[in-house]
Amino acid sequence: MKSKLYDKIATIYFYAVAVFLILFLVSLISYILYQGRTKLNIDFLTSPPKFMEAGGGIGPQLFNSLELLIITLIISVPIGLGAGIYMAEYAKPGLLTELIRLSVETLSSMPSIVVGLFGLLVFVTMTGWGYSLIAGALALTVLNLPVMTRVSEDSIRSVPNSLREASYALGSTKWQTIVKVVVPAAMPGIITGIILTAGRIFGEAAALLYTAGMSSPALNFSNLNPSSPTSPLNIFRPAETLAVYIWKVNSEGLAPDARQIADGAAAVLLLMVLIFNILARWLGSTLYKRMTGEK
Amino acid sequence: MTVDKNYERKRKLVNSFGKAIVFISALLLIIITVSLFLFVTSKGLSTFIKDGISIKEFLFSTTWNPDREVPAVGSLQFIIGSILVSAFAIMISAPLGVSSAIFMVEIEKKLGQKILQPAIEIFVGIPSVVYGWVGLTVLVPFISKHFGGLGFSLLAGILVLTIMTLPTITSVSTDAIRSLPVEIREASYALGATRWQTIRHVVIPAAKSGILTAIILGLARAFGEALAVQMVIGNRPVIPKSFLEPMSTITSIITMDMANTAMGSVWNDALWSLALLLLIISFTFIIIIKLVGRRGMYK
Amino acid sequence: MKKIEVRELDLFYGEVQALKKINLDVEANSVLALIGPSGCGKSTFIRTLNRMNDLIEGVKINGTVLLDGQDLYKEVDVIELRKKVGMVFQKPNPFPMTVYDNVAYGPRIHGIKDKKKLNEIVEKSLKAAALWDEVKDRLHKSALSLSGGQQQRLCIARTLAVEPEVILMDEPTSALDPISTMKIEELIEELKNKYTIIIVTHNMQQAGRVSDYTAFFLNGELIESGPTDQVFYNPKDKRTEDYITGRFG
Repeated sequence: MKSKLYDKIATIYFYAVAVFLILFLVSLISYILYQGRTKLNIDFLTSPPKFMEAGGGIGPQLFNSLELLIITLIISVPIGLGAGIYMAEYAKPGLLTELIRLSVETLSSMPSIVVGLFGLLVFVTMTGWGYSLIAGALALTVLNLPVMTRVSEDSIRSVPNSLREASYALGSTKWQTIVKVVVPAAMPGIITGIILTAGRIFGEAAALLYTAGMSSPALNFSNLNPSSPTSPLNIFRPAETLAVYIWKVNSEGLAPDARQIADGAAAVLLLMVLIFNILARWLGSTLYKRMTGEK
Repeated sequence: MTVDKNYERKRKLVNSFGKAIVFISALLLIIITVSLFLFVTSKGLSTFIKDGISIKEFLFSTTWNPDREVPAVGSLQFIIGSILVSAFAIMISAPLGVSSAIFMVEIEKKLGQKILQPAIEIFVGIPSVVYGWVGLTVLVPFISKHFGGLGFSLLAGILVLTIMTLPTITSVSTDAIRSLPVEIREASYALGATRWQTIRHVVIPAAKSGILTAIILGLARAFGEALAVQMVIGNRPVIPKSFLEPMSTITSIITMDMANTAMGSVWNDALWSLALLLLIISFTFIIIIKLVGRRGMYK
Repeated sequence: MKKIEVRELDLFYGEVQALKKINLDVEANSVLALIGPSGCGKSTFIRTLNRMNDLIEGVKINGTVLLDGQDLYKEVDVIELRKKVGMVFQKPNPFPMTVYDNVAYGPRIHGIKDKKKLNEIVEKSLKAAALWDEVKDRLHKSALSLSGGQQQRLCIARTLAVEPEVILMDEPTSALDPISTMKIEELIEELKNKYTIIIVTHNMQQAGRVSDYTAFFLNGELIESGPTDQVFYNPKDKRTEDYITGRFG
């Protein structure tokens, strides 16, 4: 029978696609890690880059990436969570809600280079801060807010209504219900979302080229004076990240071992993203289990 | 239970205060979006208003000499470059993405969810500079060796973007297919249809608007992607005559030139105009998705 | 003594009238059972007594409901009201927190922070809900690890912790097994000494076992109400008799 034959062919085709994609991913990851294997050591991860000679590391870039990530999350998580709460619990159908939703959708598909240019104009030039960590963090906030809003809204919406009713029936205000029952119940989803977006922030480069900048002054970790240019606590210093560094090394790398440095940096970046991914899964399911008492 | 009047007053105040805070957070999203549009638009229009360059020249000329005495900022080659690289990438990634979505929902649910789904999520998570780097170190030499030329080419850009748009298309179409009611499949099987017939004649048509949304989102990502593409296409401001020739896109020229130009120069203004164009295109995609979504059957 | 007096109560969901001219008195420290086929308005009615219907968009209410002589919809603050009129739901809905935090939730939101006082309230409420012995060693385990019947008694304890005067129960045993159901019915028997209880049930035997008064609803109307024995064995209305003897519903 012809239709049975076609069915078989189609099945084989679908398996082939799936197997191809998985093999492709596995080889991609192995290739990147293999290429960078010699650089996955403490020295490379902590020492500063060198310009005309070999043997430089990625210490300041790695640190900048982490600091930028933390500052971005500090700004964008509360606002995104707030907006998510508003959309899930307060927003009534109408023009305003439609506008907020349209904004979220527009921002979340905005090319990050455009966000970077907006950041250049507003956070770098207009504020007079110049290329700086804080300008980078604000640009990343623009990228991250819509994602965070969506994640929070979805997680909050999935909290069963019976919990809200139980809370209201005990005489709590709407705010108490949200803060003490709804948001905690939505927490596993929200935290998974935060970590996944953290991976994205960590790897972002296009929005940072013209905001956090493409240079990184040497850092002195014993210098805790926030106004000093070498202090890691100075958020107004230019702060090239790991992702930006990979891009820059490829276009203007002067060190003789530029290739190895970029290989190592790419491997580190990939590893971090994988760690974020695994962490998100693990934490999400652990929190969920703890909450539902399956532990 | 006894009631503390002060506490009652306090928590009602907190109640209103909380509502105000979350409302302002939501409002902030509108403010950011509107100011982004305003700033990029006002900068982007100065090419035409301040520098007196016609929109026609900007959009339809390929003469890009922004640093000459009489600057020419014809950008057609960038626009066509972006369209070529995105359209070809989507032509490959859309069938692959939809197929893997079908695999996950219709063929191997368990395996799909356990292996393919996490794999797709990792694909999404890999930073674009890493894709660019692998493209640069593997793809470009490979193309140069086996097909000739420098390797930096339209083809390299297409292949990199194929991988980058694939997860977007897969995950959005997976959601669309998964949300179809089970009954429509049962109805088809009950009539004696094979699985392939059911997929082809029932599942795909029913999920059409979702799949279309997925493809447009993929296209939007391709159009807006900057660094990965810029690293592998060679950045020559011309329209490529073959798949093996170097080229430029809207995003790549912005990425390359922004640092070399002074704010307020015609060159700089032209880059902002390109950014504005990008903004308009990405907003158009969103509007199209909204229209497609409204037409969807199972919502 | 009359605890609740309902006068000429109408309720609309948008255009649809779900309750029609309800008049009903509830005696203090008694158990009133609301019976009737599904969709008859008994659940809607019980939710007017603590204004849970306020949460639903498009609900309009006419008429008066008096609690201790005060109009619920005009003179009483909704939060105060819900503290006085507690509610237990059809499906057990403990919060995804520990057993302790579930019971302490009510007192905490009403401003009690003192640890010792909270401990006392939790113990007292769990004892009153006949759950203390079963959970005293796992107060700090997730409430979701309890069995369905235990969860429902926890929800009762959670309600008791706010020291309400009236407890509304919306088919509290419909999701439970017979043994858990029996435990809850025994509990109701005990609780009525201190509280006024209004229970919605679709189970005739349960209404007969636990209630002092019964009210029969049909299509949004209150057909008949009175002492349970009278409604069950000597109904005035033909429709009540038909329902009770199982001719429809």
